[in-house]
Amino acid sequence: MYHSKILVTLRQSILDPQGKAVEHGVHSLGYGLVRNVRIGKFVELDVDARSREEAETVTKEVSQKLLANPVMEDFSFTIEERS
Amino acid sequence: MALRFGIVVFPGSNCDHDSQYVAETILGQEAKLIWHKESSIGDVDLVILPGGFSYGDYLRCGALARFSPIMKDVVRFANNGGTVFGICNGFQILVEAGLLPGVLLRNQSLKFVCKYVHLKVENSDTLFTSRCVKGEVLEIPIAHGDGNYFADDDTLHRLEDGNQIVFRYCDPKGRITAEANPNGSLGNIAGIINESGNVLGMMPHPERASDPELHHTDGRKILDSIVESLVHHSQLA
Repeated sequence: MYHSKILVTLRQSILDPQGKAVEHGVHSLGYGLVRNVRIGKFVELDVDARSREEAETVTKEVSQKLLANPVMEDFSFTIEERS
Repeated sequence: MALRFGIVVFPGSNCDHDSQYVAETILGQEAKLIWHKESSIGDVDLVILPGGFSYGDYLRCGALARFSPIMKDVVRFANNGGTVFGICNGFQILVEAGLLPGVLLRNQSLKFVCKYVHLKVENSDTLFTSRCVKGEVLEIPIAHGDGNYFADDDTLHRLEDGNQIVFRYCDPKGRITAEANPNGSLGNIAGIINESGNVLGMMPHPERASDPELHHTDGRKILDSIVESLVHHSQLA
C-alpha cells in the first residue's frame, strides 16, 4: 500500500486574494519580514497499488483530472510505502 | 407548443425551484426537475444548470457536480447542439466540465457579494440575447463568492475574437469600469458563450429578475430570448 501527499497550489500567474489577506494579518502581528503568502490545498490518500510506479500514475491522474484544475492550479506530490 | 425546460438538481442546488417557477409561471413553458443521479435528461428542449452550492462547493465550486451521472448526458446534449444555460453555480459547473473555457476564482474581495449589478450586453447575436440590443444595460442580481472569471491570454483573445463574451459588468451608463466590477473578473466578464453558440454561462441570476412582483424584470429579456429563439428554431425544423 502506498500513501500519497498532494499539494495543490494556485499558479504563480494568478493573484491569490486569500494569501494577500493572510499576509496583511501576518504583518499586523508584527512580522514584517514575511512576504508572498499563498494559500493552497493539501490532500492525502492511500493507493492500493502493487508498485510505486502504479501508485504514482494513479496519484498523477487523480490530481490532473480532479484535485487540481490546470487552468488555475499546479500540483506536486510525494509517495511513501506503508505496510 | 410549450418548450420543455430540464432543470438539473444537484445536492446543494438552491435556484432550481426559482428556475422552474419562472419557466412555468412567468414564461408559460413546461419545466421538469432532473435529479443529478439520473442517467438521461429525457426529452427536453434546453437544460438549465441552476445556481446553488452543489456538493457544498467542496474542493472547488462545480468540481464534483461535473462527475454526477447526469453530466454525461448533459455533455452529450451540448455536443449535439442542445441548448445549455448555466447560471451562477451552473456556470462554475460548465467550466469545470470543459463545456466553457476558463475558471471562476474566489472573489477578489474574498466576500460573498449579493446585490444588483449592471450588465452590458456585448453580443446580442446569440440565442440567449436576441431580444436585447448590443450595448444595452441590464440590471440583474448576483449572489456568489467565486465569480472572478479568469482565463489565460490565449483563451481570452479567442473569446474576444470570437465575440464569445456576452455580458460584462458595467456602471449604470454602460461604462466598463473597475468600480463596476463586483468580483475582480478579467475584463469585467460576467457571462460567456461557447464557440458554437449553444452553451452560455453567466454569474448573474436572470431568473431572480423576472417576476414583476420583485420589481426587476430585466432577466426576462434573456429568458424571453431563449424561448423565442428555440420556438423559432423548432418551427423551422
